[in-house]
Amino acid sequence: MALLELNEVTMKFGELVANDRVSFTVEAGSIVGLIGPNGAGKTTLFNCISGLYKPFSGRISFDGKDITGLTPYQIARKGAVRTFQVVRPLKEMTVFDNVLVGAFLKCHDNKTAFEKAAECIRLCELTPFQDKLAGGLPIAGKKRLEMARALAAGPKLLMLDEVMAGLTSTEVKAAVEVILRLKDSGITMMIVEHVMEAIMPIADKVVVLDSGLKIAEDAPERIVNDDKVIEAYLGAKYSQRMKEQRSGAGG
Amino acid sequence: MVNPTKNRIFGKDAVWLLFIAVVAVLPLVPGFADNSFRMHVFILILLYASMAQAWNILGGYCGQVSFGHSVFFGIGAYGAAMALVTYGTAPWPGILIGMAAAGLVAVVISYPCFKLSGHYFAIATFAIVEIFFRMFQVWDWIGGAIGLDYPVIEEGLWNLVWYSKTGYYYFALILFVIVFGVVRWLEGHRFGYYMKAVREGQETAESLGVNSAMVKLTAMAISAVLTALCGVFFVQYNLRVDPSMVISLDMAMKFVLITILGGAGTLLGPLAGAAVLIPLQEYTRAFWGGLGGGIDLIIFGLIIILMVIKQPAGIVGIFQGIRQRIAKARGKGGAEIGTP
Repeated sequence: MALLELNEVTMKFGELVANDRVSFTVEAGSIVGLIGPNGAGKTTLFNCISGLYKPFSGRISFDGKDITGLTPYQIARKGAVRTFQVVRPLKEMTVFDNVLVGAFLKCHDNKTAFEKAAECIRLCELTPFQDKLAGGLPIAGKKRLEMARALAAGPKLLMLDEVMAGLTSTEVKAAVEVILRLKDSGITMMIVEHVMEAIMPIADKVVVLDSGLKIAEDAPERIVNDDKVIEAYLGAKYSQRMKEQRSGAGG
Repeated sequence: MVNPTKNRIFGKDAVWLLFIAVVAVLPLVPGFADNSFRMHVFILILLYASMAQAWNILGGYCGQVSFGHSVFFGIGAYGAAMALVTYGTAPWPGILIGMAAAGLVAVVISYPCFKLSGHYFAIATFAIVEIFFRMFQVWDWIGGAIGLDYPVIEEGLWNLVWYSKTGYYYFALILFVIVFGVVRWLEGHRFGYYMKAVREGQETAESLGVNSAMVKLTAMAISAVLTALCGVFFVQYNLRVDPSMVISLDMAMKFVLITILGGAGTLLGPLAGAAVLIPLQEYTRAFWGGLGGGIDLIIFGLIIILMVIKQPAGIVGIFQGIRQRIAKARGKGGAEIGTP
């Protein structure tokens, strides 16, 4: 069963159409990658799903229920939790307390919440920093904090918005490992990512957006050979040259 | 692994309990209670620390700066005074009604105000003080501009009135323990963390399932009810009330400034702020008398300006800075954590 289902979701800012009738599904237990060039409308779509924006038209259902137009906290309570591309640490709170705020969503007493927070902090390798103020973390730490905090909220669907952007390749590897561990624990994930070598090997399905339109939705190995995707990413001229190269090699 | 902060919190609580015990036995020290002015200063420190702490729930922890708390303070004061003066009963039913009314008024006026963000909320609360001040001045049922004067009544718990400063001293201490106890409890529980999360980033908090509007309203209600309780003490101590004594911008500013001076969003801050400001206010008033009216405010204003420029985290921030420097000087190993 699809955990998340988007049906013709459209988002407009004035005359600008940021998402144009986007439909796709996220199956329970899978990892779905959402890619596309800058300005394709990936974060806007995330904002629509998480309730930060109210879609202009279309329907979003999560876990069998319509969540279109619900507020962000209502959607988070239903189990769809997101991270922010531009990191938003609760600056004057410690790293531990940041994660604790997430943990309190599902754990109502202190003991279980503290344990849950400690567990997520360990998983995201933030233990050495847990008593530091979140505002003082380096960027890689803040990205991991975004993840730990969302994770602590015990989501069914975890929406990661470019958690790997700006990380070194070692840090990317560590992040990928964490994501795979989360998948094993049964969390469904939707990941917006620019770092292709990170997302391609782990995604079960990749959705490609370009100028607000969905141009492809397929398994990653087929996406990398999709002409429309290559054109969107590399431009028409380059894609033409590549096609010629490929046909030359084939024939 | 268990969170290591737990032990530290327990350590802090022990210091607080010790502090309360010391304050409780002070009047038993021979000679201490004889100086009525000194007792008066101690009582006011406890009162203003409690007032600032009540404000701190909303302004410090939840980050919603209100300049309207004198309204709730006034409602609490009038509740007790109406019961005693107008209806001739014990103040208790009036206290309960006053606290409930303050909570209700707080929720009703802040519901629309919280739709305003940042400074606009603060500005709206300014206007509310003015509205309530005018309203109380012309409202005959509650004594209008003349106010309410307490008759001579028997001292004791029934009337919450004492002939000696010692009685009020313990009354103030109980008020202090209630308000600080509530905030200490909130600080360590879910709601306390939610308030801080709303202060630090409303959208982030909402993305984690926090209903920020509800958190702000609840913080406002708790803050207002405790402020009303402080108002009860104020009227029982002064034995009279009129609108300008309680519902003034002057009074509203004190809630804000004491907390900011001490350190907003910390448990210790309001006490630290009151312990500095109140002696300053009372001793300058005593030394310069009528001529020096306002000297305390001049000095206090200067302190606030310096504080906002040099150390926005207040007196508590200064102490934290010193402690960090000491920890750093002692050994760099424990104090600093390397980059990842």
